[in-house]
Formats: sequence, C-alpha cells, structure tokens
Amino acid sequence: MAFVEELNEFVYTTRIGRLVDWARKNSLWPMPFGTACCAIEFMATAASKYDLARFGAEVLRFSPRQSDLLIVAGRVSIKMMPVLIRIYEQMPEPKWVISMGACASSGGVFDTYTLVQGIDQFIPVDVYVPGCPPRPENLIDGIIRVQRRIETGESPASALGPLRAEQRCTENRRSPWAPLDPRVPHALPPATPGL
Amino acid sequence: MGLWRRIYLPAILKGLSITLRHVFRRKVTLEYPEVLPPVPRGSRGTHRLNKDELGRERCVACFLCATVCPSRCITIVAEEAPAEWPDRDKRPRVFDIDMLRCIFCGYCEEACPCDAIELTPKFYPVGTRREEFVWTKERLLSN
Repeated sequence: MAFVEELNEFVYTTRIGRLVDWARKNSLWPMPFGTACCAIEFMATAASKYDLARFGAEVLRFSPRQSDLLIVAGRVSIKMMPVLIRIYEQMPEPKWVISMGACASSGGVFDTYTLVQGIDQFIPVDVYVPGCPPRPENLIDGIIRVQRRIETGESPASALGPLRAEQRCTENRRSPWAPLDPRVPHALPPATPGL
Repeated sequence: MGLWRRIYLPAILKGLSITLRHVFRRKVTLEYPEVLPPVPRGSRGTHRLNKDELGRERCVACFLCATVCPSRCITIVAEEAPAEWPDRDKRPRVFDIDMLRCIFCGYCEEACPCDAIELTPKFYPVGTRREEFVWTKERLLSN
C-alpha cells in the first residue's frame, strides 16, 4: 500500500485518447481541394510568410487516402460535387473539413443554377472560414479552430453519421434574392425591442 | 552520366549550402496568432453600422446597400421611425448581414448616402455553424 501511495507522487494517469488527440492535432495533413482563387490564398498560407509548418500541417497530400483535413477552397459546381463527395469518402476517419471562402461556404456571389450553394448541403463541414478570399490569417484561425476541436475531444462533423441536407442548413438556404422580391412571401423575424 | 554526377554528393552539398545561407538571412515568417500583422489602410473586414451624435443608428433603411450588394447578403426590413426623430421617415427594424455570403467588396459603403455602413479593418471570425455568421443589427452596431 505504501508503494502505491509513493507511486501516485510521480505517476499521472490519463487516457490514451488524449495522447492520440494531441498527436492528431499537431500533425493534420491537409488535402487541398482548390478550385478557385481561395487556393491561391491557401498557397500563401503554406508559404514561408505564414508557414503552416508551425501548426504541423505543412504536409499537403494530394491523395485523400493519406490526409485527414479537407480544405475546400473555391467554387464547387454541381458537376464537381460528386467528385468532392468521392474524395471526402475516400479519406480515412477521423476527418475534418474546412469550408474556405464565401463560395464554398454559401455560394457567395454566384447564386446561379450551376453552383452548389454551400458544400454543407452534401458533406459535413467542421469549420467555416468567411472571406473572398479569406486572408491567410483567417485560414490559420480556421486550422487552429480545427485543432481546438480535436483537443477538446469534440467529435468531428463526419461522426454525425449520414448527412441529411435539411439538418445541416436551415435558415440560410433561402435564396438571397427572396427578400427583395415582394412577390415571394417570407417570414419576417420578430421585431427587436429597443432602438 | 559521369561519376561526378552519379554520386549526387556535389548536388546535395550545393542544395544544402542554399539552405544554410537562408538560415542566416532575415526571417520572414509572421508569428500570426501571437503577433498580429500590420493591416494596410483601407483594408476591408467586418462591417459596422455607425451611430450619429445622439446615439441613434444612422441608417435610414433606404435599401441602397442591399440593392448594390453583388452577393445579396444584406437583409433589411424597414419600419417607420419614431415621431421624435423628425429628420427621417424610416429606420431598419432588421439589418442582417450574412458574413458567409459577403465578399467584402465595400460597395455598400460606397453606396450608403448617410455613412451608416462602414467596413472595419477587423478580421472576420471563423465559426463552426452557418447560423453564427448572420450578424444582426445589434452586433453590427457594436462592432
């Protein structure tokens, strides 16, 4: 018994999962899915001025089977979406997804019939990074946010199971043209008190 | 290929000498999360709704920004201004900006006749849910 008490003084017990999370957090391997100008900004983030290697994420794998962080940078057209879904499904679990920029996150200016209005209607997204394109600082913020999600043991969005689009996006799926068109009825938010 | 090139050693040493030279050069990497980089003047970040000297919002709900916005990310619902505000007819009841759709072009700032909306050089925050990015009037006024 005395030995066990002595042991407690210099041995800490923890979960092996914490160690695994720590290793995952500091060795994210991004898979850049760059289709537009956000990819240029992503290159700037990986270059020496912003240096993704400081976060252990400098190993860009262009094979989804070797990466665990999908960075969707750029517009995704409806024809491109099956390709993106295939790439996403090829990535091994656990996997995280960053939706970088306005186009990938919500369609941005391109509210057209060819463009997916937000990739979160098809694949689960962990972190959204707004901007057109986002500054490298914003992308670094997004990667730090993913790291924090891993660190706190928050399950990735991919762990929520098969995705149903109506669960993902609720109010933002309305067309942005709708409020301007008086013929289209839309529910008004409740009046704000004060002001 | 001669022996000199086949042993690869000269090429490796040449490459390493370049690496070594750069070790002693001036460092270019910004330590971003700890040290904030200098933001150039006129840099366009998140929006702000300005207030006038009486503390009221300057916006008169003229819809010019929502009309000029190329990504249609501004939602305005107007209401009648209170009677004690004689200088205007309308004010916005709802003024929402969808930060995920916004492309930070600054057209709203240019179109605004009252200097009510302005783009600050603050960085836009990242988030994990799409609903977080709809900034309401209160948040825009306090930005």
